[in-house]
Amino acid sequence: MNSTEGDAMPVISHVVCPVCGCCCDDIELLIENNRIIEARNACAMSAAKFEKYFLHRNTDAYVRKNGKLTKVSLDEAIRKSAEILAESSYPILYGWSSTSCEAIKAGLELAEEIGGVIDNTSTVCHGPSILAVQDVGLIGTTLGQIRHRADLIIYWGSNPWSAHPRHMERYTALSDGRFQRNIWRRISTRIRADSVRKKIARIASMFFKRGREFLSGEAREKFGMFPSEERKVIVIDVRRTRSAELADYFLQVKPGGDYDVLQALRALIHDEELNVDEVAGVPVETLEEIADLMINCKLGVIFFGLGLTMSKGKLRNVEAAIKLTQDLNDCTKFLIMPMRGHFNVTGANTVFTWQTGYPYAVDFSHGYPRYNPGETSAIDVLRRGDADAALVIASDPISNFPREAARNLADIPLIVIDPHLSPTALVADVVIPSAFVGIETEGTVYRMDHVPLPLKKVVEPPAGLLSDEEILRRILKEIRRSKKP
Amino acid sequence: MRIIILTGRTIDQGCGKEIGKTSKDYMESVAICEMNEEDMKKIRIRDGDRVKVTTKFGSVVLIAKKSRRISSPGTAFIPYGPWANCITGSATDGTGMPLLKGVPASVEPTDEKVLTIRDLINSFMS
Repeated sequence: MNSTEGDAMPVISHVVCPVCGCCCDDIELLIENNRIIEARNACAMSAAKFEKYFLHRNTDAYVRKNGKLTKVSLDEAIRKSAEILAESSYPILYGWSSTSCEAIKAGLELAEEIGGVIDNTSTVCHGPSILAVQDVGLIGTTLGQIRHRADLIIYWGSNPWSAHPRHMERYTALSDGRFQRNIWRRISTRIRADSVRKKIARIASMFFKRGREFLSGEAREKFGMFPSEERKVIVIDVRRTRSAELADYFLQVKPGGDYDVLQALRALIHDEELNVDEVAGVPVETLEEIADLMINCKLGVIFFGLGLTMSKGKLRNVEAAIKLTQDLNDCTKFLIMPMRGHFNVTGANTVFTWQTGYPYAVDFSHGYPRYNPGETSAIDVLRRGDADAALVIASDPISNFPREAARNLADIPLIVIDPHLSPTALVADVVIPSAFVGIETEGTVYRMDHVPLPLKKVVEPPAGLLSDEEILRRILKEIRRSKKP
Repeated sequence: MRIIILTGRTIDQGCGKEIGKTSKDYMESVAICEMNEEDMKKIRIRDGDRVKVTTKFGSVVLIAKKSRRISSPGTAFIPYGPWANCITGSATDGTGMPLLKGVPASVEPTDEKVLTIRDLINSFMS
């Protein structure tokens, strides 16, 4: 909806943010001369994207000639891309989580046409979560229900302060729900108390050797009193993140120890005794307190992050977390949700599933979709050196993949569709610049709780730039044309 | 000194990647190794010194940062990005997901320079 502030510059309201899986839909953008001047209600990452996206953008198409990226026309880059993909026998098409559902749909059509492997970035984020959900199910909900009703919020292996900066403000402890109040006052009181305690500790340390101990986490927990009727937040992680500092309880688990702690909590919830003093660095008394909080809440939720999926145990960690949630539903109501990273990684899984039956790592080389993560997933295909060409869209695997897989990707003919000259684009053989989805072109995305939302076009793209969907459709058309006798 | 490497998101890394990965902001937010103060004393380095982190998969030079968030000695944190991925392996054990957190490593002071994003890209091209 467009509106104006008196005679001032136009404001576009209710803009959906194309950064993280929160997909905040209350962004207001001030526009002047086809440029975003200010992003209101935006977190630091959202503001960085809306206000600075054009600083390092690329508007030129390139093809590598004699070892150097050389400027070419968009038509030539599309023709070259079609030629590479049509000639390959086992191409991989990767990325998809930072583009629209419409572009993903076109990508799946392309993968089927050329008989390639298509995988999205969930393969290196919540892929193990998907495998766990396929094994044991998921007790899910939408974020609105959590905002209004949840009185116990657990972030496990996830750091919303850094990765989803407005998650707590919009959906959990710092939001006002219909039946739950925000806990801003409690947190600000605690921060003030912490500040006073630090000052006292600094003065005490000048006179007494043990004065500094007041600064330790243990000392802090003793000050952590809060009203029993209010929402509570627990953070469980391997390091004391900024999110941990906002929590009522922080459990620091030894690296690789999440599975042990999850199973210990399951045992305690079933009234079993633990014959040890601590589990993965967490004292059993603390685990007992947490188990009590879990059982006695009205509606609890576990938001889990890559701390579970990327650590030792991977899908088994997530499976244990889901089983813990299932166990808790014998005593109370409990839910669980993955903290999805990219703004449309949930959309990628959704579109992949409705088009092929599988959420990621889909192999069309047999003429029909096959799914076997560990074999058909991007890292494994690249590590084995099986792929003989690649198309990367809206992603940067050269930065995000382990070096061996990234090196093999750089060694094969590589096409990159991206608004930035990313590290992956800089090693590519064909680079096609695209318009920014959610800024220069519209599209559909799925929020982390599977709610579909529309991205807006708020400014015009530079002349000649196409959307991801249009670029993919043109490559597909060119491949089909070249196949005709 | 032996250490466990944790990787993850930071707000600076998140902002840097949105501005552009060839930007100075991105490198300054990502080519770092957050360490516990005791560990830094053990290997005699100060905040801002360079360290070489080595695993069985490779090594990388980073800027050491003292962090109170690394409350336990024996662990260090590197934000997600191309520098962190120089030292991670690609075996997925049949899951599709490599082990990107909790990788055993050694860390030592160094005079070697921190590679820029262009240096890293050139190393791929060669």
